[in-house]
Amino acid sequence: MSDVFLLDGEQVPFTVGQTVMAAARAAGRYIPHLCWHPEFQPHGSCRLCTVKADGHFAAACTLAARPGMTVDNRTAELDDQRRTLLQMLFVEGNHFCPSCEKSGACKLQATAYELKMMTPHFDHFFPDRAVDASHPDLLLDFNRCILCELCVRASRDADGKNVFAITGRGIKSHLIVNSPSGRLADTAMSLADRAASVCPVGVILAKGRGFVIPIGERRYDRQQIGAAEEQ
Amino acid sequence: MKPKIATTSLAGCFGCHMSLLDIDLRLLELLQRVEFDRSPINDIKTVGPCAIGLIEGGVCNAENVEVLREFRRHCKIIVAFGACAVNGGLPAQRNHLDLRDILEEVYQTSPGLAPGCSIPNDPELPLPLNKVHPIHEIVRVDYFLPGCPPSAEAIWKFLNDLIIGRTPVLGHGLLRYD
Amino acid sequence: MQAQSASQQAEIVANILQRQRRDPARLVQVLREIDEVLGELTPEVLAMVGEQLKRPFAEVAGVAGFYHFLELEQRARYRIFWSDNIIEQMQGSTELREEMCRLLWIEPGRASEDGLVKVGLTSCIGMGDQGPALLVNGRTVTRMTRARVAAMVELIRGGALVGNWPEEWFAVADNIRRRDILLGRSYKAGAAIAAALARGPAAMLGEIQSARLRGRGGAGFSTAQKWQACRDAPGDVRYVVCNADEGEPGTFKDRVLLSAYADLVFEGMCIAGLCIGARQGLLYLRGEYRYLLEALEANLARRRAAGLLGRDILGAAGYDFDIEIHLGAGAYVCGEESALLESLAGKRGVPRNRPPFPVTHGYLDCPTAVNNAETLAAACLIAENGGVCYAAIGTEMSTGSKLLSVSGDCARPGIYEYPFGVTVAQVLADAGANDTQAVQVSGPSGVCVAPEEFGRRLAFEDLPSAGAFMVFGASRDMFEVARNFAHFFAHESCGFCTPCRVGTALVKNLMDKINAGHGSPADINELFKLQRLMESTAHCGLGHSACNPVADTLKKFRPAYQRRLHSTEFEPAFDLDYALSQARQMTGRDDAGAHLANES
Repeated sequence: MSDVFLLDGEQVPFTVGQTVMAAARAAGRYIPHLCWHPEFQPHGSCRLCTVKADGHFAAACTLAARPGMTVDNRTAELDDQRRTLLQMLFVEGNHFCPSCEKSGACKLQATAYELKMMTPHFDHFFPDRAVDASHPDLLLDFNRCILCELCVRASRDADGKNVFAITGRGIKSHLIVNSPSGRLADTAMSLADRAASVCPVGVILAKGRGFVIPIGERRYDRQQIGAAEEQ
Repeated sequence: MKPKIATTSLAGCFGCHMSLLDIDLRLLELLQRVEFDRSPINDIKTVGPCAIGLIEGGVCNAENVEVLREFRRHCKIIVAFGACAVNGGLPAQRNHLDLRDILEEVYQTSPGLAPGCSIPNDPELPLPLNKVHPIHEIVRVDYFLPGCPPSAEAIWKFLNDLIIGRTPVLGHGLLRYD
Repeated sequence: MQAQSASQQAEIVANILQRQRRDPARLVQVLREIDEVLGELTPEVLAMVGEQLKRPFAEVAGVAGFYHFLELEQRARYRIFWSDNIIEQMQGSTELREEMCRLLWIEPGRASEDGLVKVGLTSCIGMGDQGPALLVNGRTVTRMTRARVAAMVELIRGGALVGNWPEEWFAVADNIRRRDILLGRSYKAGAAIAAALARGPAAMLGEIQSARLRGRGGAGFSTAQKWQACRDAPGDVRYVVCNADEGEPGTFKDRVLLSAYADLVFEGMCIAGLCIGARQGLLYLRGEYRYLLEALEANLARRRAAGLLGRDILGAAGYDFDIEIHLGAGAYVCGEESALLESLAGKRGVPRNRPPFPVTHGYLDCPTAVNNAETLAAACLIAENGGVCYAAIGTEMSTGSKLLSVSGDCARPGIYEYPFGVTVAQVLADAGANDTQAVQVSGPSGVCVAPEEFGRRLAFEDLPSAGAFMVFGASRDMFEVARNFAHFFAHESCGFCTPCRVGTALVKNLMDKINAGHGSPADINELFKLQRLMESTAHCGLGHSACNPVADTLKKFRPAYQRRLHSTEFEPAFDLDYALSQARQMTGRDDAGAHLANES
């Protein structure tokens, strides 16, 4: 038997223990998100999925659904907050879409389109982050990292390899790989790993495949992320 | 009287202006509704009072700052026109390098330079800034039209909205950062 | 800390791992000890530790990179961290630190070329009542003066071991100014435990209940409810954790409790253990209080010898309880209980998603009661005198007494114990504070109280407080106070969630921009917008409250901001003329065209 809660006034069924995010997804309803992925444990770090549940702000990806709960999702207030969070992510890293091979298939970019982000607004941090091209099959461009830790989770939980981790703290937090040399080539990472294809942005890229699908015909070129995600 | 539009390219490649020309015959339609002030299109060199100023390119040197301020003083609406104006774009990719190292390498140490080359110091040349900045970090910007370049369709929609007095909205496919 | 050969290093690492039982959960302890002996954690050492503890290198490096005191980059024989508390800045710490760097010919935050010395900053080290203070190789030095700076520089240049430095530099006074029910009572070893034993676990919990004891860490959660939930949670192994990670700037009451009343804290832990059915207690001591470690360990040894810890405590068959001390390594966020539990388990101190709560899934996912050191000490009083007696003191919603750490512009800084409900004005009068402009109650994450509010009461129903009481006299600049707090939060954000990680950095930059004279009203609006965003979307309490001091001072001390604003118009994000400095330097130009005026 399943209960229901209200998402923007419409009933969404859920089973006991299901999060608001998972239930909404199962019902084909889109709650903007970046660090959440149905295959992995919820993380709750990007905060894009912040909703208002019975009047209280909470991340939909970690919030257990309760019967009769009223959840606001696509309100002007919440979408404004989401746009600001996206702007924060854009100025924190170096996100130059014109020169990124993930353009059109990037969740950060597609979510920003969906939320009509016209400008990064804040003053850019322009951090200095090196690229790691040491691996024969994979490229790491840390400039685009949004610290969602999907690669950390995928490598640990799906691949059993623990190739990635986060170090540093605060604005200096950053992704590292599992070798004292700091090079991806010296880790157990392989192209077939789940972690190799899970990056929502353009950090982990397979070499030599960047433009197999031309720009303009990619996942989020064809459809807005809200519609594309819920299929 | 028709509203005036001025355009300029700072640290840009004129690609956004090329895209503006890509509206093709609609340029004639546009000209019936607006008048162009300073712009590379008509080669007018000074900007007067305008309704709208389109700024292509980021801010990479002292001259860019002066031109941008000049536009801000004369235009009621300033639009960051294209990726470089919005976030620094390609020129800002130099930002992780130290400007001193860049100047040294370009003018003094890279292979193929004639002996005795030095960093140009002619007062006619604008000095580069330590970093490249998007225009909203120097002046107040009213609207942003991203894209590298924004497509002709996006520009057309955006300008039409602005001229009518409507907050520009770009739907799926028109709003792009690449 | 002499440079070691690779084989010596390996031996040191092996010994420390051995002593820490090769327990992966003790990773922070392992890293902290290695760092203390070797002076740095190189990738090779981290790899060695990972291999031995069977944890991936990246994870070990990730943990090491989280804690401020663990050195990953530049080894220095003398590592000095000045406390960056605003109160100590008011006492002249900035000038003294600059003087020290000047005399040593070094840049702040960077080790000298010869690897001799590094002088940096760290968040408040809990010495606001006797600052300016600093840490040198983990040891606390208080009451810094120009003379001490000069003498210290000489000792460093001469290579004198820190252990041979003048003893009086390391003196830490308790400065207890007012005693009440807790600090005023006479202590008899084991009396509180005996009283609790005589009552039995259920009845003892009942007394905590009728005392209406609330957590002293600031949030004020019911202690009885927490213990009951922990006691009822399924599981065979339970833990008591004492949170002595008081990182809130301006707070130092746990320092005094642990130096002068450690027995009360330890007995409180035993009582908690009895009530919830735990056999193991863990005391998380902030790294800044490293100097207390030996005395606390000795105390634990004494208590074991006296039958007050260990098996069959006080002869009661089956009442087994022991206590271990874990040291932090410089991370304010670890004062948040779930982050503290992560740190205890040898991980990065990132607050967890909740539920589940620590009472069911705490240390190593076992039911755990995490209590503030002061709460546990109060439990001793309740064990001996009963809950009703305790509840008679204080106010309706806030029973008992509260320790306040008073610092700043007053004649008598130190520890004041009051029954809950005391007014701000009363505390100011007792501490000898005149002409007070503002009081920051409960530190940066608390509330900034202006003179018209000095009649307010320190109690959960009015001004809740973890204990910090920072006094600012009329001559102080409240903008500078808020800017210091903005820097504090940016430094201490764990970096897990977007709004706090980026938001604290943006707030810090905006405050610095205003401070540099480049601010405009647009920047003030930005600050309010960021505050609203962080309050509603951040992952934990640190992020929720990180912008409060800015918002509070903006409301109550707006002129302090306004007089710094450059204009009423928009101002550039950066100093335009300065942005031409490198090009000027390289071209040698200084003509009019080589400069930019900063007005738009």
